[in-house]
Amino acid sequence: MKMSRNRGLRTATAVLFGSLMLAAYVFAGASAKKNDTAKDVISSPVVHASDADRMRIEGEQRFRANCGRCHAAPQKFPPRMMATVLRHMRVRATITDQDMRLVLFYMTQ
Amino acid sequence: MWGSVVQYLCRKTASRRWRGIALSSGLYLLLLLAVPTLLAAQTAETEKPVPMLTGNAGTFSFVTGGQNLIDTQVNPVLLLPLGDRWLVESRAEFEGQFQRPPDGGPYGGPVNKHVDYAQVDYIASPYVTITAGRFLTPFGIFNERLYPVWIRFLQPDPLILPINTAPSDGAMLRGGFPVNDKANMNYAVYVSATSIGIGSVDSERHVGGRMGFFFPGPRLEVGGSWQRTLQDDRKNAFGFHMEWQPTKLPLTLRSEFARSFEGSGYWVEGAYRLSQAHFWQKAMRRTELVGRAQQFFVGELGPDGGAALGLPSANTREADFGINYFLRDGLKAVASYGRQFSPAGNFNQWTYGMAYRFLIPLGRTGAQ
Repeated sequence: MKMSRNRGLRTATAVLFGSLMLAAYVFAGASAKKNDTAKDVISSPVVHASDADRMRIEGEQRFRANCGRCHAAPQKFPPRMMATVLRHMRVRATITDQDMRLVLFYMTQ
Repeated sequence: MWGSVVQYLCRKTASRRWRGIALSSGLYLLLLLAVPTLLAAQTAETEKPVPMLTGNAGTFSFVTGGQNLIDTQVNPVLLLPLGDRWLVESRAEFEGQFQRPPDGGPYGGPVNKHVDYAQVDYIASPYVTITAGRFLTPFGIFNERLYPVWIRFLQPDPLILPINTAPSDGAMLRGGFPVNDKANMNYAVYVSATSIGIGSVDSERHVGGRMGFFFPGPRLEVGGSWQRTLQDDRKNAFGFHMEWQPTKLPLTLRSEFARSFEGSGYWVEGAYRLSQAHFWQKAMRRTELVGRAQQFFVGELGPDGGAALGLPSANTREADFGINYFLRDGLKAVASYGRQFSPAGNFNQWTYGMAYRFLIPLGRTGAQ
């Protein structure tokens, strides 16, 4: 009986340890991906003026190419609304991740 | 809540071994589900997407063969972003179609209401989004992208719209990514149980997909769709689509072709914005001239089966011309004339009305 309990505890400990390792791996992977993304100038909170101009022009081009294919240009909305609209359109219109970020930058400037 | 789940599992498991496994599994699930929330907390408050109620509303008069039908509809879309990667979205349709009775009297008619889609999206990577629930079937482009009344050029539906575009219940992978500097690829693949027939009392199991290539330079998209029924005679359906916006003209051209057991056909439409006109510029740049040509051929299903799906009961040709005037952002007045030719009878169709798109944030939006 005691042996069976010990085996049970060992199994539970192994599963728990494995689970924690897996969760830590997922978390570390996601954080690393976030750090990678942060390196990208598109999502950087500090954007130099020349970069901002370039991104605005690029964002406008992507906006006209992607969004203008289906509908007329909407007015600009507050950033949090635009973030929701762009996430919806990313799924609906299958626009690329980079296009979404550039259009979001353009539409919130 | 998760504590209760773990406790429940503990009560249900007979041995300590299984209790340990259940406990660690619960903990694992908790950690796994907590990761997106933890990551979401890292998003700056000003960039966090806010839940929204958006959609469109419209009222139109369709005068078909001298008979007037007043169509009033509201299509609310609920968008609920969760964390950095999740989106819950749903669209419903409330549509009233009112006509005078043949012997006179006030307008009356049914009000139809249904859920077009109610889906959960998980943006797994820049290349893949996982969708589950009820979704719009990605067959062609009209159903998914161009259906809303504030987007479409002409208010009458294309004749081939009912082909393989009933909402699907199932799971889908989709996404878009750059292939190189000159082309983006987009795709969607799905498995589903699709409601069919008027009243949606029956269903079919399907697998299918759509793939398209978009060339940003010439602003050209070409693509194809495929759907296979996984039961009975396991029939296939194919579709092709094209969309082009020349860079030097305010012109948009679109086209779709579909071939299936239910029928075949195509439509080609164009819209020309009069922004290059040298007179009345303020009004002209808000004005759009539109036109559509289309044809439908009855399929193996036969005229009665096709009509039950909303397709014409005979081979049909139709041409439409119209004008749209954008009063302000999201509000447009529309008018069009079309003529349909078929062995079942030729008739004119006049349409006029208003379409409006609305966006209502369901939370603080931050500064613009």
